[in-house]
Amino acid sequence: MIRFDQVSKRYEGGKDALSRVSFELADAEMAFLTGHSGAGKSTLMKLIIMMERPSQGQVFLQNQNLNRLARRHIPQIRRNVGVVFQNHQLLFDRTVFDNVALPLIVAGYQPREIGRRVRAALSKVGLSDKESRYPVALSGGEQQRVGIARAVVNKPPVLLADEPTGNLDPELSAEIMNLFQQFMQVGVTILIATHDLELVKKMGLRQLTLNHGQLSG
Amino acid sequence: MVKPATKGASTHALGLTDKVRSAGAHHRETCLKTLRDLLKNWMTSLMTWLVIGIALALPAILYLLLANASSFGGGFDGTARINLYLSRGPDPQLILQAVQAQPEIASADIIFASEALQSFEAETGFGNILLSLPRNPLPDVIEATPLDVAPAELTILSKRLEALDGVERVAIDLEWLERLFAILALGERFITTLGLFLSLGVVLAIGNTIRLAIENRRAEIEIIKLVGATDAFVRRPFLYLGFWYGFGGALVAWIMVQLSLLVLSGPIKQLLDSYQNQFSLEGLGFVTTFGLFTVGISLGVAGAAIAVSRHLHTIEPT
Repeated sequence: MIRFDQVSKRYEGGKDALSRVSFELADAEMAFLTGHSGAGKSTLMKLIIMMERPSQGQVFLQNQNLNRLARRHIPQIRRNVGVVFQNHQLLFDRTVFDNVALPLIVAGYQPREIGRRVRAALSKVGLSDKESRYPVALSGGEQQRVGIARAVVNKPPVLLADEPTGNLDPELSAEIMNLFQQFMQVGVTILIATHDLELVKKMGLRQLTLNHGQLSG
Repeated sequence: MVKPATKGASTHALGLTDKVRSAGAHHRETCLKTLRDLLKNWMTSLMTWLVIGIALALPAILYLLLANASSFGGGFDGTARINLYLSRGPDPQLILQAVQAQPEIASADIIFASEALQSFEAETGFGNILLSLPRNPLPDVIEATPLDVAPAELTILSKRLEALDGVERVAIDLEWLERLFAILALGERFITTLGLFLSLGVVLAIGNTIRLAIENRRAEIEIIKLVGATDAFVRRPFLYLGFWYGFGGALVAWIMVQLSLLVLSGPIKQLLDSYQNQFSLEGLGFVTTFGLFTVGISLGVAGAAIAVSRHLHTIEPT
Protein backbone atom coordinates (compact mmCIF):
# COMPACT_ATOMS: atom_id res chain seq x y z
CA MET A 1 0.00 0.00 0.00
CA ILE A 2 2.80 2.37 0.99
CA ARG A 3 6.35 1.70 -0.14
CA PHE A 4 9.46 3.83 0.29
CA ASP A 5 12.44 2.90 -1.83
CA GLN A 6 15.75 4.51 -0.82
CA VAL A 7 14.03 7.82 -0.21
CA SER A 8 16.09 10.86 0.74
CA LYS A 9 14.82 14.33 1.33
CA ARG A 10 17.12 17.27 1.58
CA TYR A 11 15.57 20.67 2.24
CA GLU A 12 16.96 23.81 0.77
CA GLY A 13 19.71 24.91 3.08
CA GLY A 14 21.28 21.48 3.11
CA LYS A 15 19.54 19.79 6.00
CA ASP A 16 18.95 16.10 5.37
CA ALA A 17 15.50 15.34 6.71
CA LEU A 18 15.48 11.75 5.46
CA SER A 19 18.25 9.64 4.07
CA ARG A 20 17.83 6.36 2.24
CA VAL A 21 14.61 5.36 3.91
CA SER A 22 13.06 2.12 2.71
CA PHE A 23 10.05 0.33 4.14
CA GLU A 24 6.74 -1.10 3.09
CA LEU A 25 3.34 -1.12 4.68
CA ALA A 26 0.94 -3.79 3.53
CA ASP A 27 -2.78 -3.32 3.00
CA ALA A 28 -4.64 -3.09 6.28
CA GLU A 29 -1.43 -2.84 8.23
CA MET A 30 -1.12 -0.49 11.15
CA ALA A 31 2.26 0.78 12.30
CA PHE A 32 3.81 3.41 14.50
CA LEU A 33 6.40 5.89 13.38
CA THR A 34 8.56 7.05 16.26
CA GLY A 35 11.67 9.11 16.75
CA HIS A 36 12.92 12.25 18.40
CA SER A 37 11.66 15.68 17.30
CA GLY A 38 13.17 16.55 13.98
CA ALA A 39 13.94 12.93 13.17
CA GLY A 40 11.94 13.27 9.96
CA LYS A 41 8.55 11.87 10.92
CA SER A 42 6.61 14.80 9.49
CA THR A 43 8.70 14.87 6.35
CA LEU A 44 8.00 11.20 5.77
CA MET A 45 4.28 11.78 6.04
CA LYS A 46 4.41 14.86 3.82
CA LEU A 47 6.01 12.74 1.10
CA ILE A 48 3.04 10.39 1.12
CA ILE A 49 0.49 13.15 0.55
CA MET A 50 2.80 14.98 -1.84
CA MET A 51 3.23 18.06 0.26
CA GLU A 52 6.88 17.43 -0.45
CA ARG A 53 8.69 15.56 -3.19
CA PRO A 54 11.68 13.33 -2.45
CA SER A 55 15.15 14.52 -3.44
CA GLN A 56 16.06 10.94 -4.21
CA GLY A 57 14.39 7.57 -4.24
CA GLN A 58 10.80 6.63 -4.89
CA VAL A 59 7.56 6.66 -2.97
CA PHE A 60 4.79 4.31 -3.98
CA LEU A 61 1.19 4.58 -2.93
CA GLN A 62 -1.21 1.88 -4.06
CA ASN A 63 1.51 0.73 -6.45
CA GLN A 64 1.72 4.14 -8.00
CA ASN A 65 5.03 5.89 -8.26
CA LEU A 66 4.35 9.32 -6.81
CA ASN A 67 7.47 10.75 -8.45
CA ARG A 68 5.82 10.27 -11.80
CA LEU A 69 2.60 12.01 -10.85
CA ALA A 70 1.95 15.44 -12.25
CA ARG A 71 0.79 18.24 -10.01
CA ARG A 72 -2.76 17.98 -11.24
CA HIS A 73 -3.07 14.44 -9.87
CA ILE A 74 -2.17 15.50 -6.34
CA PRO A 75 -5.81 16.06 -5.29
CA GLN A 76 -6.69 12.49 -6.23
CA ILE A 77 -3.85 11.17 -4.04
CA ARG A 78 -4.93 13.29 -1.12
CA ARG A 79 -8.49 12.04 -1.36
CA ASN A 80 -7.16 8.53 -0.85
CA VAL A 81 -5.13 9.43 2.20
CA GLY A 82 -6.85 10.70 5.32
CA VAL A 83 -4.57 12.78 7.49
CA VAL A 84 -4.90 13.66 11.16
CA PHE A 85 -2.72 16.67 11.76
CA GLN A 86 -0.86 17.50 14.89
CA ASN A 87 -2.21 21.04 14.86
CA HIS A 88 -5.71 19.88 13.82
CA GLN A 89 -5.84 22.19 10.77
CA LEU A 90 -9.49 23.02 11.42
CA LEU A 91 -11.29 26.01 9.99
CA PHE A 92 -12.38 28.10 12.94
CA ASP A 93 -15.07 30.02 11.11
CA ARG A 94 -16.97 26.85 10.27
CA THR A 95 -18.95 24.46 12.36
CA VAL A 96 -17.76 21.00 13.28
CA PHE A 97 -20.12 19.59 10.68
CA ASP A 98 -18.75 21.81 7.92
CA ASN A 99 -15.17 21.01 8.87
CA VAL A 100 -15.76 17.29 8.71
CA ALA A 101 -17.70 17.68 5.45
CA LEU A 102 -14.78 19.37 3.64
CA PRO A 103 -13.23 16.26 2.05
CA LEU A 104 -16.66 15.19 0.79
CA ILE A 105 -17.54 18.61 -0.63
CA VAL A 106 -14.18 18.78 -2.34
CA ALA A 107 -14.71 15.33 -3.83
CA GLY A 108 -18.17 16.31 -5.06
CA TYR A 109 -20.53 14.23 -2.94
CA GLN A 110 -24.26 14.94 -2.90
CA PRO A 111 -25.53 16.92 0.10
CA ARG A 112 -27.64 14.03 1.37
CA GLU A 113 -24.68 11.66 1.21
CA ILE A 114 -22.51 14.28 2.89
CA GLY A 115 -24.94 14.60 5.79
CA ARG A 116 -25.11 10.86 6.25
CA ARG A 117 -21.36 10.31 6.18
CA VAL A 118 -20.48 13.28 8.35
CA ARG A 119 -22.92 12.12 11.04
CA ALA A 120 -21.54 8.60 10.86
CA ALA A 121 -17.96 9.89 11.24
CA LEU A 122 -18.91 12.19 14.12
CA SER A 123 -20.72 9.43 15.93
CA LYS A 124 -17.64 7.23 15.55
CA VAL A 125 -15.50 9.78 17.37
CA GLY A 126 -18.24 10.48 19.90
CA LEU A 127 -19.06 14.03 18.84
CA SER A 128 -22.58 13.55 17.52
CA ASP A 129 -23.95 16.23 19.81
CA LYS A 130 -21.33 18.81 18.79
CA GLU A 131 -21.92 19.03 15.06
CA SER A 132 -23.21 22.59 15.06
CA ARG A 133 -20.55 23.91 17.44
CA TYR A 134 -17.57 25.92 16.31
CA PRO A 135 -14.11 24.45 16.96
CA VAL A 136 -13.24 27.23 19.44
CA ALA A 137 -15.98 25.95 21.71
CA LEU A 138 -14.36 22.52 21.88
CA SER A 139 -11.58 21.18 24.07
CA GLY A 140 -8.21 20.21 22.59
CA GLY A 141 -9.16 16.56 22.66
CA GLU A 142 -12.47 17.23 20.97
CA GLN A 143 -10.77 19.28 18.26
CA GLN A 144 -8.40 16.37 17.72
CA ARG A 145 -11.35 14.05 17.30
CA VAL A 146 -12.95 16.42 14.79
CA GLY A 147 -9.68 16.15 12.87
CA ILE A 148 -9.92 12.37 13.00
CA ALA A 149 -13.53 12.42 11.83
CA ARG A 150 -12.52 14.59 8.90
CA ALA A 151 -9.65 12.24 8.04
CA VAL A 152 -11.88 9.17 7.85
CA VAL A 153 -15.13 10.68 6.60
CA ASN A 154 -14.57 9.70 2.97
CA LYS A 155 -13.28 6.26 3.99
CA PRO A 156 -9.80 6.56 2.51
CA PRO A 157 -7.73 3.38 2.12
CA VAL A 158 -4.80 5.04 3.88
CA LEU A 159 -4.79 6.98 7.12
CA LEU A 160 -1.87 9.02 8.42
CA ALA A 161 -1.88 10.48 11.91
CA ASP A 162 0.68 12.91 13.25
CA GLU A 163 0.66 12.81 17.06
CA PRO A 164 -3.05 12.02 17.20
CA THR A 165 -3.00 11.53 20.95
CA GLY A 166 -0.73 14.44 21.74
CA ASN A 167 -3.43 16.45 23.47
CA LEU A 168 -5.41 13.64 24.97
CA ASP A 169 -5.45 12.05 28.40
CA PRO A 170 -4.58 8.33 28.57
CA GLU A 171 -8.19 7.26 28.62
CA LEU A 172 -9.03 9.22 25.48
CA SER A 173 -5.79 8.11 23.85
CA ALA A 174 -6.81 4.52 24.34
CA GLU A 175 -10.20 5.27 22.83
CA ILE A 176 -8.62 6.88 19.79
CA MET A 177 -6.27 3.93 19.33
CA ASN A 178 -9.20 1.62 19.63
CA LEU A 179 -10.84 3.63 16.88
CA PHE A 180 -7.79 3.29 14.65
CA GLN A 181 -7.80 -0.44 15.21
CA GLN A 182 -11.39 -0.57 14.08
CA PHE A 183 -10.41 1.21 10.89
CA MET A 184 -7.56 -1.23 10.44
CA GLN A 185 -9.95 -4.12 10.80
CA VAL A 186 -12.03 -2.83 7.90
CA GLY A 187 -8.90 -2.70 5.78
CA VAL A 188 -7.41 0.76 6.23
CA THR A 189 -3.63 1.07 6.17
CA ILE A 190 -2.59 3.25 9.06
CA LEU A 191 0.65 5.00 9.96
CA ILE A 192 0.77 6.84 13.26
CA ALA A 193 3.61 9.19 14.17
CA THR A 194 3.96 9.50 17.91
CA HIS A 195 6.22 10.29 20.84
CA ASP A 196 4.20 8.14 23.15
CA LEU A 197 6.42 5.06 23.48
CA GLU A 198 4.28 3.76 26.31
CA LEU A 199 1.34 3.60 24.01
CA VAL A 200 3.36 1.96 21.25
CA LYS A 201 4.53 -0.75 23.61
CA LYS A 202 1.02 -1.35 24.87
CA MET A 203 -0.39 -1.75 21.39
CA GLY A 204 2.28 -4.22 20.34
CA LEU A 205 2.25 -3.15 16.70
CA ARG A 206 4.99 -2.73 14.17
CA GLN A 207 7.28 0.19 14.90
CA LEU A 208 9.34 2.24 12.46
CA THR A 209 11.92 4.35 14.25
CA LEU A 210 13.56 7.33 12.64
CA ASN A 211 16.87 8.56 13.94
CA HIS A 212 18.30 11.66 12.29
CA GLY A 213 16.51 10.84 9.09
CA GLN A 214 17.50 7.17 9.02
CA LEU A 215 15.27 4.26 9.66
CA SER A 216 16.40 1.91 12.40
CA GLY A 217 14.73 -1.11 13.92
CA MET B 1 -5.31 7.89 -12.35
CA VAL B 2 -5.24 6.49 -8.90
CA LYS B 3 -6.75 3.08 -8.98
CA PRO B 4 -9.64 2.63 -6.63
CA ALA B 5 -8.73 0.57 -3.64
CA THR B 6 -9.26 -3.02 -4.52
CA LYS B 7 -9.30 -4.00 -0.95
CA GLY B 8 -9.71 -2.31 2.35
CA ALA B 9 -12.13 0.36 3.34
CA SER B 10 -14.88 0.66 0.84
CA THR B 11 -14.15 3.75 -1.20
CA HIS B 12 -17.27 4.59 -3.09
CA ALA B 13 -16.14 5.80 -6.45
CA LEU B 14 -18.36 8.56 -7.72
CA GLY B 15 -19.97 8.05 -11.10
CA LEU B 16 -19.51 10.60 -13.83
CA THR B 17 -23.11 11.81 -13.71
CA ASP B 18 -22.79 12.31 -9.98
CA LYS B 19 -19.65 14.32 -10.54
CA VAL B 20 -21.21 16.50 -13.20
CA ARG B 21 -24.32 17.03 -11.12
CA SER B 22 -22.34 17.85 -8.01
CA ALA B 23 -20.01 20.17 -9.94
CA GLY B 24 -23.11 22.00 -11.15
CA ALA B 25 -24.44 22.15 -7.63
CA HIS B 26 -21.12 23.42 -6.38
CA HIS B 27 -21.08 26.14 -9.01
CA ARG B 28 -24.54 27.28 -8.03
CA GLU B 29 -23.72 27.13 -4.36
CA THR B 30 -20.40 28.95 -4.70
CA CYS B 31 -21.98 31.59 -6.90
CA LEU B 32 -24.71 32.32 -4.36
CA LYS B 33 -22.48 32.03 -1.32
CA THR B 34 -20.03 34.53 -2.81
CA LEU B 35 -22.87 36.96 -3.38
CA ARG B 36 -24.19 36.44 0.15
CA ASP B 37 -20.73 37.14 1.57
CA LEU B 38 -20.43 40.28 -0.51
CA LEU B 39 -23.81 41.52 0.67
CA LYS B 40 -23.00 40.68 4.26
CA ASN B 41 -19.99 43.02 4.09
CA TRP B 42 -21.92 45.44 1.95
CA MET B 43 -19.95 48.54 2.97
CA THR B 44 -16.67 47.16 1.69
CA SER B 45 -18.33 45.65 -1.36
CA LEU B 46 -20.07 48.90 -2.18
CA MET B 47 -16.73 50.73 -2.25
CA THR B 48 -15.42 48.32 -4.85
CA TRP B 49 -18.67 48.46 -6.81
CA LEU B 50 -18.55 52.25 -6.84
CA VAL B 51 -14.96 52.33 -8.09
CA ILE B 52 -15.80 49.91 -10.89
CA GLY B 53 -19.11 51.65 -11.54
CA ILE B 54 -17.50 55.05 -12.02
CA ALA B 55 -14.83 53.62 -14.28
CA LEU B 56 -17.52 52.00 -16.42
CA ALA B 57 -20.02 54.85 -16.30
CA LEU B 58 -17.67 57.53 -17.62
CA PRO B 59 -16.99 55.95 -21.01
CA ALA B 60 -20.59 54.70 -21.15
CA ILE B 61 -21.97 58.24 -20.80
CA LEU B 62 -19.52 59.63 -23.33
CA TYR B 63 -20.41 56.81 -25.67
CA LEU B 64 -24.11 57.56 -25.36
CA LEU B 65 -23.60 61.26 -26.02
CA LEU B 66 -21.53 60.37 -29.03
CA ALA B 67 -24.16 57.95 -30.31
CA ASN B 68 -26.75 60.66 -29.87
CA ALA B 69 -24.61 63.21 -31.68
CA SER B 70 -24.14 60.75 -34.53
CA SER B 71 -27.84 60.20 -34.90
CA PHE B 72 -28.34 63.96 -34.68
CA GLY B 73 -25.86 64.42 -37.54
CA GLY B 74 -27.39 61.49 -39.35
CA GLY B 75 -30.72 63.33 -39.36
CA PHE B 76 -29.31 65.34 -42.21
CA ASP B 77 -29.04 62.13 -44.21
CA GLY B 78 -25.41 62.82 -44.94
CA THR B 79 -26.03 64.40 -48.34
CA ALA B 80 -25.24 67.95 -49.13
CA ARG B 81 -27.72 70.55 -50.19
CA ILE B 82 -26.80 73.15 -52.74
CA ASN B 83 -28.33 76.58 -52.68
CA LEU B 84 -28.07 78.77 -55.75
CA TYR B 85 -28.77 82.42 -55.07
CA LEU B 86 -30.08 84.00 -58.23
CA SER B 87 -29.50 87.50 -59.47
CA ARG B 88 -32.48 89.57 -60.50
CA GLY B 89 -33.35 89.62 -64.10
CA PRO B 90 -33.09 86.25 -65.86
CA ASP B 91 -36.06 83.92 -65.72
CA PRO B 92 -35.62 81.62 -62.71
CA GLN B 93 -37.44 78.79 -64.49
CA LEU B 94 -34.80 78.70 -67.22
CA ILE B 95 -32.05 78.50 -64.68
CA LEU B 96 -33.92 75.74 -62.88
CA GLN B 97 -34.07 73.74 -66.10
CA ALA B 98 -30.34 74.25 -66.61
CA VAL B 99 -29.65 73.07 -63.09
CA GLN B 100 -31.90 70.04 -63.44
CA ALA B 101 -30.05 69.15 -66.62
CA GLN B 102 -26.83 68.60 -64.69
CA PRO B 103 -26.14 64.86 -64.37
CA GLU B 104 -25.09 65.13 -60.72
CA ILE B 105 -28.30 66.78 -59.60
CA ALA B 106 -31.01 64.55 -58.16
CA SER B 107 -33.66 67.18 -57.72
CA ALA B 108 -34.02 70.93 -57.66
CA ASP B 109 -36.70 73.40 -56.73
CA ILE B 110 -37.22 77.12 -56.69
CA ILE B 111 -37.99 79.09 -53.57
CA PHE B 112 -39.20 82.46 -54.77
CA ALA B 113 -38.21 85.53 -52.89
CA SER B 114 -41.80 86.14 -51.83
CA GLU B 115 -42.17 82.63 -50.40
CA ALA B 116 -38.87 83.00 -48.59
CA LEU B 117 -40.07 86.25 -47.08
CA GLN B 118 -43.26 84.64 -45.82
CA SER B 119 -41.53 81.74 -44.19
CA PHE B 120 -38.91 84.03 -42.72
CA GLU B 121 -41.68 86.10 -41.22
CA ALA B 122 -43.44 83.06 -39.90
CA GLU B 123 -40.36 81.49 -38.37
CA THR B 124 -38.65 84.46 -36.86
CA GLY B 125 -41.22 87.17 -36.34
CA PHE B 126 -38.80 89.71 -37.77
CA GLY B 127 -40.93 90.14 -40.84
CA ASN B 128 -41.80 93.70 -39.88
CA ILE B 129 -38.23 94.76 -40.30
CA LEU B 130 -38.17 93.40 -43.81
CA LEU B 131 -41.50 95.01 -44.63
CA SER B 132 -40.11 98.32 -43.57
CA LEU B 133 -37.48 97.98 -46.26
CA PRO B 134 -38.33 99.44 -49.64
CA ARG B 135 -38.24 96.02 -51.32
CA ASN B 136 -37.78 92.39 -50.53
CA PRO B 137 -34.06 91.92 -49.93
CA LEU B 138 -34.22 88.17 -50.35
CA PRO B 139 -33.23 86.67 -53.68
CA ASP B 140 -34.90 83.81 -55.48
CA VAL B 141 -33.16 80.60 -54.53
CA ILE B 142 -32.85 77.26 -56.25
CA GLU B 143 -32.47 74.46 -53.74
CA ALA B 144 -30.79 71.46 -55.32
CA THR B 145 -29.99 68.04 -53.91
CA PRO B 146 -27.05 66.38 -55.58
CA LEU B 147 -26.67 62.67 -56.06
CA ASP B 148 -24.45 60.96 -53.54
CA VAL B 149 -21.08 62.06 -54.87
CA ALA B 150 -17.65 62.72 -53.41
CA PRO B 151 -16.96 66.17 -51.96
CA ALA B 152 -14.33 66.86 -54.66
CA GLU B 153 -16.91 66.35 -57.43
CA LEU B 154 -19.29 68.60 -55.60
CA THR B 155 -16.72 71.36 -55.67
CA ILE B 156 -16.39 71.02 -59.45
CA LEU B 157 -20.17 70.95 -59.78
CA SER B 158 -20.52 74.08 -57.75
CA LYS B 159 -18.00 75.86 -60.00
CA ARG B 160 -20.04 74.84 -63.04
CA LEU B 161 -23.28 75.99 -61.46
CA GLU B 162 -21.75 79.28 -60.51
CA ALA B 163 -20.85 79.82 -64.17
CA LEU B 164 -24.52 79.58 -65.18
CA ASP B 165 -26.05 82.81 -66.32
CA GLY B 166 -28.16 84.41 -63.61
CA VAL B 167 -26.56 82.55 -60.70
CA GLU B 168 -24.98 84.95 -58.31
CA ARG B 169 -23.59 82.60 -55.70
CA VAL B 170 -23.53 78.89 -54.91
CA ALA B 171 -23.48 77.67 -51.34
CA ILE B 172 -22.86 74.10 -50.32
CA ASP B 173 -23.72 73.26 -46.74
CA LEU B 174 -21.45 70.26 -46.76
CA GLU B 175 -18.50 71.58 -44.86
CA TRP B 176 -20.06 71.83 -41.43
CA LEU B 177 -21.41 68.34 -41.81
CA GLU B 178 -17.97 67.07 -42.71
CA ARG B 179 -16.57 68.81 -39.68
CA LEU B 180 -19.23 67.30 -37.47
CA PHE B 181 -18.38 63.83 -38.65
CA ALA B 182 -14.67 64.50 -38.21
CA ILE B 183 -15.31 65.64 -34.66
CA LEU B 184 -17.46 62.59 -34.02
CA ALA B 185 -14.71 60.30 -35.32
CA LEU B 186 -12.23 62.05 -33.07
CA GLY B 187 -14.61 61.70 -30.12
CA GLU B 188 -15.03 58.03 -30.85
CA ARG B 189 -11.28 57.50 -30.89
CA PHE B 190 -10.96 59.45 -27.66
CA ILE B 191 -13.66 57.44 -25.92
CA THR B 192 -12.20 54.16 -27.11
CA THR B 193 -8.79 55.09 -25.71
CA LEU B 194 -10.28 56.33 -22.47
CA GLY B 195 -12.38 53.19 -22.24
CA LEU B 196 -9.36 50.96 -22.70
CA PHE B 197 -7.45 52.74 -19.95
CA LEU B 198 -10.40 52.62 -17.60
CA SER B 199 -10.94 48.94 -18.38
CA LEU B 200 -7.35 48.27 -17.45
CA GLY B 201 -8.04 50.18 -14.24
CA VAL B 202 -11.07 48.00 -13.51
CA VAL B 203 -9.10 44.81 -14.13
CA LEU B 204 -6.34 45.98 -11.79
CA ALA B 205 -8.76 47.15 -9.10
CA ILE B 206 -10.63 43.85 -9.15
CA GLY B 207 -7.38 41.91 -9.35
CA ASN B 208 -6.12 43.64 -6.25
CA THR B 209 -9.35 43.10 -4.36
CA ILE B 210 -9.27 39.41 -5.25
CA ARG B 211 -5.63 39.19 -4.21
CA LEU B 212 -6.64 40.45 -0.76
CA ALA B 213 -9.51 37.98 -0.64
CA ILE B 214 -7.10 35.15 -1.46
CA GLU B 215 -4.73 36.35 1.23
CA ASN B 216 -7.57 36.46 3.76
CA ARG B 217 -8.52 32.89 3.03
CA ARG B 218 -5.02 31.47 3.00
CA ALA B 219 -5.67 29.04 5.87
CA GLU B 220 -8.83 27.77 4.24
CA ILE B 221 -7.10 27.31 0.89
CA GLU B 222 -4.30 25.34 2.49
CA ILE B 223 -6.72 23.03 4.26
CA ILE B 224 -8.97 22.32 1.31
CA LYS B 225 -5.91 21.61 -0.79
CA LEU B 226 -4.81 19.15 1.91
CA VAL B 227 -8.08 17.27 1.77
CA GLY B 228 -7.85 16.93 -1.99
CA ALA B 229 -9.35 20.03 -3.59
CA THR B 230 -8.47 20.48 -7.25
CA ASP B 231 -7.11 23.79 -8.49
CA ALA B 232 -10.41 24.41 -10.24
CA PHE B 233 -12.28 23.93 -6.98
CA VAL B 234 -9.98 26.34 -5.16
CA ARG B 235 -10.22 28.88 -7.96
CA ARG B 236 -13.98 28.80 -8.28
CA PRO B 237 -15.08 31.10 -5.43
CA PHE B 238 -12.60 33.77 -6.48
CA LEU B 239 -13.74 33.74 -10.08
CA TYR B 240 -17.33 34.14 -8.88
CA LEU B 241 -16.15 36.97 -6.67
CA GLY B 242 -14.77 38.66 -9.79
CA PHE B 243 -18.06 37.96 -11.55
CA TRP B 244 -20.07 39.68 -8.83
CA TYR B 245 -17.71 42.63 -8.60
CA GLY B 246 -18.10 43.10 -12.34
CA PHE B 247 -21.86 42.63 -12.21
CA GLY B 248 -22.27 45.03 -9.28
CA GLY B 249 -19.96 47.54 -10.94
CA ALA B 250 -22.01 47.40 -14.13
CA LEU B 251 -25.22 47.87 -12.11
CA VAL B 252 -23.77 50.93 -10.38
CA ALA B 253 -22.59 52.24 -13.76
CA TRP B 254 -26.06 51.69 -15.23
CA ILE B 255 -27.67 53.68 -12.42
CA MET B 256 -25.09 56.44 -12.79
CA VAL B 257 -25.65 56.68 -16.53
CA GLN B 258 -29.42 56.82 -16.13
CA LEU B 259 -29.11 59.55 -13.51
CA SER B 260 -26.70 61.53 -15.68
CA LEU B 261 -29.04 61.29 -18.64
CA LEU B 262 -31.86 62.52 -16.46
CA VAL B 263 -29.78 65.50 -15.43
CA LEU B 264 -28.48 66.18 -18.94
CA SER B 265 -31.69 65.65 -20.87
CA GLY B 266 -33.22 68.98 -19.78
CA PRO B 267 -30.40 71.26 -20.96
CA ILE B 268 -29.84 69.23 -24.09
CA LYS B 269 -33.48 69.48 -25.02
CA GLN B 270 -33.39 73.23 -24.53
CA LEU B 271 -30.29 73.51 -26.66
CA LEU B 272 -31.76 71.45 -29.45
CA ASP B 273 -35.13 73.15 -29.29
CA SER B 274 -33.36 76.39 -30.08
CA TYR B 275 -32.29 74.72 -33.31
CA GLN B 276 -35.91 73.66 -33.84
CA ASN B 277 -34.76 70.12 -33.98
CA GLN B 278 -37.09 67.22 -33.51
CA PHE B 279 -34.73 65.25 -31.35
CA SER B 280 -34.96 63.24 -28.18
CA LEU B 281 -32.03 61.98 -26.14
CA GLU B 282 -31.52 58.29 -26.64
CA GLY B 283 -31.08 56.44 -23.32
CA LEU B 284 -29.61 53.06 -22.45
CA GLY B 285 -31.44 50.60 -24.62
CA PHE B 286 -31.50 46.87 -24.18
CA VAL B 287 -28.43 46.34 -26.33
CA THR B 288 -26.34 48.98 -24.57
CA THR B 289 -27.41 47.71 -21.17
CA PHE B 290 -26.53 44.19 -22.17
CA GLY B 291 -23.19 45.43 -23.48
CA LEU B 292 -22.47 47.32 -20.27
CA PHE B 293 -23.07 44.24 -18.14
CA THR B 294 -21.10 42.01 -20.49
CA VAL B 295 -18.13 44.36 -20.34
CA GLY B 296 -18.38 44.70 -16.55
CA ILE B 297 -18.63 40.98 -15.91
CA SER B 298 -15.87 40.16 -18.41
CA LEU B 299 -13.51 42.64 -16.79
CA GLY B 300 -14.40 41.31 -13.35
CA VAL B 301 -13.75 37.70 -14.26
CA ALA B 302 -10.57 38.70 -16.14
CA GLY B 303 -9.24 40.59 -13.11
CA ALA B 304 -10.04 37.65 -10.87
CA ALA B 305 -8.44 35.18 -13.26
CA ILE B 306 -5.24 37.21 -13.32
CA ALA B 307 -5.11 37.49 -9.53
CA VAL B 308 -5.90 33.81 -9.11
CA SER B 309 -3.27 32.65 -11.59
CA ARG B 310 -0.64 34.85 -9.95
CA HIS B 311 -1.36 34.17 -6.31
CA LEU B 312 -3.20 30.91 -5.83
CA HIS B 313 -0.38 28.52 -6.70
CA THR B 314 1.90 30.23 -4.19
CA ILE B 315 -0.36 28.94 -1.44
CA GLU B 316 0.54 25.36 -0.67
CA PRO B 317 0.01 23.57 2.61
CA THR B 318 3.16 23.39 4.70
